[in-house]
Amino acid sequence: MSVLQHALDLKQSSATSGMAPAGEAVAVAKLIDISRCIGCKACQSACLEWNERREEVGVNTGYYENPHDLTENTWTLMRYAEVEQDNGDLEWLIRKDGCMHCADPGCLKACPAPGAIVQYTNGLVDFISENCIGCGYCIKGCPFDIPRLSQADQKVYKCTLCSDRVAVGQGPACAKACPTHAIMFGTKAEMTDWAGQRIEDLKERGYQNAGLYDPPGVGGTHVMYVLKHADQPEIYSNLPKDPQISPLVDLWKGVTKPFALAGIGLMALLGIVHYVRTGPNEVAPEDEEQARRTLENPKS
Amino acid sequence: MTNTWADIKNADLVVIMGGNAAEAHPCGFKWVTEAKHYNKAKLIVVDPRFTRSAAMSDLYMPIRPGSDIAFLGGVINYLVSNDKIHKDYVLNYTNAAYIVKAEYGFEDGLFTGYNAEKRDYDRKSWDYELGEDGFVKVDPSLQDPRCVYQLMKAHYARYTPEMVSRITGTPVDKFTKACEWIAETAAPDKAMTSMYALGWTQHSKGSQNIRGMAIVQLLLGNIGVAGGGMNALRGHSNIQGLTDLGLMSNLIPGYLTLPLDKEQDYPTYMSTRQFKPLRPGQTSYWQNYPKFFVSFLKSMYGTAATKDNAFGYDWLPKLDVTYDVLRAFELMHQGKINGYFCQGFNPLLSFPNRGKIQAALASLKYLVVMDPLATETASFWENHGVHNDVDPGQVQTEVFRLPTTCFAEEAGSLTNSGRWLQWHWAGATPPGEAKTDVWIMTQLYRKLRELYAAEGGKLPEPILNLSWPYSTPDDPTTDEIAQEINGKALADVRDLKDPAKILARAGQQLDGFAQLRDDGSTTSGCWIYSGCYTKKGNQMARRDNADPSDSGLAPNWAWSWPANRRVLYNRASCDLEGKPYNPKHALIEWNGEKWAGVDIPDFVATSAPEAGAGPFIMNAEGTARLFTRGMMKDGPFPEHYEPFEAPVENVLHPKVGPNPVARVFKGDLEVFGKPDEFPYVATTYRLTEHFHFWTKHALINAILQPEEFVEIGEALAAEKGVKTGDRIQVHSNRGTVEAVAVVTKRIRPLTVDGKTIHTVGIPIHWGFKGEARKGYGANRLTPYVGDANIETPEFKAFLVDVTKVAAAVS
Repeated sequence: MSVLQHALDLKQSSATSGMAPAGEAVAVAKLIDISRCIGCKACQSACLEWNERREEVGVNTGYYENPHDLTENTWTLMRYAEVEQDNGDLEWLIRKDGCMHCADPGCLKACPAPGAIVQYTNGLVDFISENCIGCGYCIKGCPFDIPRLSQADQKVYKCTLCSDRVAVGQGPACAKACPTHAIMFGTKAEMTDWAGQRIEDLKERGYQNAGLYDPPGVGGTHVMYVLKHADQPEIYSNLPKDPQISPLVDLWKGVTKPFALAGIGLMALLGIVHYVRTGPNEVAPEDEEQARRTLENPKS
Repeated sequence: MTNTWADIKNADLVVIMGGNAAEAHPCGFKWVTEAKHYNKAKLIVVDPRFTRSAAMSDLYMPIRPGSDIAFLGGVINYLVSNDKIHKDYVLNYTNAAYIVKAEYGFEDGLFTGYNAEKRDYDRKSWDYELGEDGFVKVDPSLQDPRCVYQLMKAHYARYTPEMVSRITGTPVDKFTKACEWIAETAAPDKAMTSMYALGWTQHSKGSQNIRGMAIVQLLLGNIGVAGGGMNALRGHSNIQGLTDLGLMSNLIPGYLTLPLDKEQDYPTYMSTRQFKPLRPGQTSYWQNYPKFFVSFLKSMYGTAATKDNAFGYDWLPKLDVTYDVLRAFELMHQGKINGYFCQGFNPLLSFPNRGKIQAALASLKYLVVMDPLATETASFWENHGVHNDVDPGQVQTEVFRLPTTCFAEEAGSLTNSGRWLQWHWAGATPPGEAKTDVWIMTQLYRKLRELYAAEGGKLPEPILNLSWPYSTPDDPTTDEIAQEINGKALADVRDLKDPAKILARAGQQLDGFAQLRDDGSTTSGCWIYSGCYTKKGNQMARRDNADPSDSGLAPNWAWSWPANRRVLYNRASCDLEGKPYNPKHALIEWNGEKWAGVDIPDFVATSAPEAGAGPFIMNAEGTARLFTRGMMKDGPFPEHYEPFEAPVENVLHPKVGPNPVARVFKGDLEVFGKPDEFPYVATTYRLTEHFHFWTKHALINAILQPEEFVEIGEALAAEKGVKTGDRIQVHSNRGTVEAVAVVTKRIRPLTVDGKTIHTVGIPIHWGFKGEARKGYGANRLTPYVGDANIETPEFKAFLVDVTKVAAAVS
C-alpha cells in the first residue's frame, strides 16, 4: 500500500486554472468484479458507517434496492436486474452503483465553483463541500447520474472513494467490508491485470463476452467493473454502454475558457464576488442565468 | 461441518442445496469464490428460488420445497446404475458389503416393523446379520442380494430421472447434467463439497435429507478428504457450541446421552453404551464412553462424586420423553408447564404457529427472558395493533426481563460451523444494567442453593453437591469455566501402556481426552473440548494464521475439536495402504511408522494400515453407514415423503404421504391445510441484510431491508392481478400475513405430477420491536410439525393461499 500513500496532491480543480504542476502519482483503481459479487450490501453498510451517513428507514416498493436510488447519504447502492438469457436461463445481475471516478470527470468540468470538485493525481475525484455552491451542474455533467443534491444543506454529495482512507494507505471501506473479494483496490495497473485473470476464468466458463468496463469516452475510470456480458453493459441496471461527457459541458467550458486564459476568469470573479456578498450557499443570479442558457440551449 | 470453512477452497465441485450460503453465510461463501477462481471449481445450486447463491452458480435448477430426498435418491440411482462410484472407497470404507437381516424389508412406503397406532417403528429388523464370531457377515463381491449395496440399489431404482422430475419439478435435462457433474467427483483426485443449512433441516424428514447427501458423498469417496465433506452451515455463531455442550433435552455435553427413565442405575445405563466392535480390529472409540461420562460427573459434583455413589449418577435427571421445543410449548399450551426461562432466543417469532405460541406464553404463571435485546417474546403481552393483536388485560403471566450482555461485551469462546473454538475478548462496556448470562445464572444458583440448604425439599443433592470451584464464587470468569470444560487431573494420570510415565500431575490441566479416566481421577465438562485449555494455556486464543501447506487448515489458529483435527475422518483420504488418494491435497499419510501430515490424524496415530482398522473410528463397524441400522427413527435409507402440507399426493406410495413417524401432536394433525383451499407451496427463509430477529434492532440493517415482503413469481402475480409493490395477504390454515409483494422472475412455476405448482417465498425477519418497520412475522403461517429424529419444525414446506389487498401507493 505504501505506493498508494500520500498520493493526494491535486491534479485539477474545478473552475481553477494555472495550478502548479503536481508530482507524478500512481493511478489507483477500485475493481468491482460482478462475477464474485453476491449483492449482500456489506459495501453499502460500510459506506454508511465509515462516512457517518444514515437514511430514514424506508419502505419496500417491490424491489431489493434499499434505498431505492442513490441519495446524498447513500453514495453506493446495490442494483439488482433479473435478466432472461436466450436459452431461458435466468441471471440475477447485481451491480454496485456509485461514482466511477472518471479520468476525465464531467462533474469537475461542469462545476463553476472554484475548488468544489478536485481530482487528485492518483485519479480520485472528490467533492470539497465547503466550496460547493449547490448549483447542481455536476449532476448534469455526470454521464453516470451519480451526484445527489442534499435538500438539507444544498450541497452535492457522492462517493469519495474514501479519499481519507486512501490518503493513509487504506483501501476504501466498501472493499474492506466485501466478504467475497468482489471489490478490490490497488493501482490501476494491478487491478487491470487481476481483471484479466478473472475475465479469462469467465471465458473458460462460457462467457465469451466477458470483459473489463473502463470506458474510454470518459478517459477511462478509476472504478472499473468485470462484466460477464461486457458487450451489453446496459443490462446491468442501465450501465451506460459508451458514456461521454455531455456536449453541453464542453460548450460551457468553451465559453469560460477565454476568460480563464485572460487571467481573470469572469466566472471565477463572479464566484468570488458572490462568495463575499452572500456566502457559499447561493448561486449568483448571473451565474445561474448564464449556466441555464448554456446548458439548455447549447446551439444558441 | 466434517471439514472447515477455508477448506472449501479445495473443492472441485460445490453443491449448495438445502441452504443459501451466499445470502445466509456471506463471509463463508468467500471460500466458494476462492475455489472457483483458484481451483476452477464449479458451483451447482438447487433451490426453489433463484437466490443470490444461484446468481453465482454455473448450474442452477429449481426444486419443489420438500422434495429433496427424491432428488438425492435420483442422484444415488444415477451413480449406482451408471457405475460412477469410488469403488475402492465404497467397498472398504462403507458398510456396502455388510449383510442385512432377512426380516428387513420395505414395501409401499413403509419399512418393516411399523405400528400405525403408535406412529412408530419396531426397528429390530433393521440390522446386520451376525456370524458365529459375533461380527457382521460381509460379501466383498457386493453381489449378495441382502448386502447393503444391493438393498440400496434396489431401494433407489424407483428414483429414475423421470420420476425425480415428476416429484420435484426439476427439469430432467438439468437434473441429468447435475448428476454428470457430481459423478465426475467419484475420481479419487476430485472432491465435491456439500454446503447445507436449514433448507434441509427444517422438514419433517430433515435428518434424512442430510443422510441422502451423505450417501451420495460416501459413494463418491468425498468424506474425509480435502475439499469434500458434509458441511452444515450453522445458523448462529455459536449454535455449534450449543449442540457440542449438549443444550438439548436428551443430551449432556460432548454428545453423551442423558439417562432414560428405564436406566435407573449406572450399570444399566452403561450396558447399552459398550459399543463392541462389529468387525475385527476396529477402534470403536465410543468404548471409552465411561471415561468421558465419569469425568463429566466429576466436574459436575466434585468430591461428592465417588465410586461408591456411581459418581453421582442418581443425581442426573432421567428422561421419560424428549422435551424438544415443540413439546415444551405443547405442554405450556396445555397448562402443564407454568414457568419458563427463555435465554437468548425469541420463540414468539421463531417457533411455528404463532397463535399457539402466543396462547402458550399467556398460560404461563411466569416468564423470565434473558436477552440483550427487547424481544417480541418479552413483550408478547403488549398490543401492537395488527402486528400483535393482544389484550394485555387478559394476560396474567408475570414477565421478568433480565438484560444480558451481547457477545461483543464479554470474553469467551464461540464455536464456528467448522468446529473451531475461537476465543474473543470484550470489545465494549455493557450498557445500563446488563449482566453476563454467567452472572445471572450464578445468582440464581446461589439463591436456590440457599433455599435447598435451609429447607431441604425433594432431591436437594444435585444442587447442594454441585461443584463450584471458582475464585470469586459470585462471579465465575469465562476463563475458569473454559478450564473446567477442558478438565484436569485430580490424581496423577499415568500412561496406560507405561505406568511409570506421568502424563499429568494432580491439579494440572489435561492435554486432551486421551488422558481421561473412568476411576474418578480426572474431570472434564465436555470431553470433545478437552485440549482447548491445557497446561500450555488457552489454545482457543491462538492467533497464528500461518498455513504453510496452503490447505486452509491453519493449524495454529484457535483450536478445533476433536484434538485440533480440521478434517474429520481424514484417514479416509488415503487408500488401504495409507497413500493419499489425491496427493495434491494430501491431509495425512502412513509414513511407515505413524500417520502424519498437515492435519492431525483422525485415527490411532500408530495403527498401521495392515492392522485393518477402518477410518470411521467412532462407529463400531469402523466404516461409514450407507444403511443406518436402527439408528434413525424413520428408516435405514432415506425415502421420499411429502411435507405434511403438500400440493400433490406421494406418487411413490399414495397411501403413505408424509413421514409416518414425524413429530406431530393431536390437535395439530387436524389443522393441516389441503391443496383445494391452499393451493400454493410456501417456504420461509433469511435475507443477507438481516440476522434472524436481531438486526432489525440495528438502524443500518433496517435501512438496507426495511419492510416485510413476500416473493411471488410473475405467473402467479399475473393470475392474481398483482404488481410488484402491491400489498398481498398470504393465508395458511393457521394465520395470515399481509406484506408487500415482490414480483420476481426468480420464482418460476414448476410442473409436478402434471400439475402447475407455484411457490411463495416468505422472509422471516420482521416483528414488532426494533428499528425496522413492523411486520406480521412468517411464523403465523408455519405448521406445528417436526422432524422424526430431532423434532426440527417444518418451516420450509407448507401450503398457503394468496389474495391481493390494495394497489401500491405511488
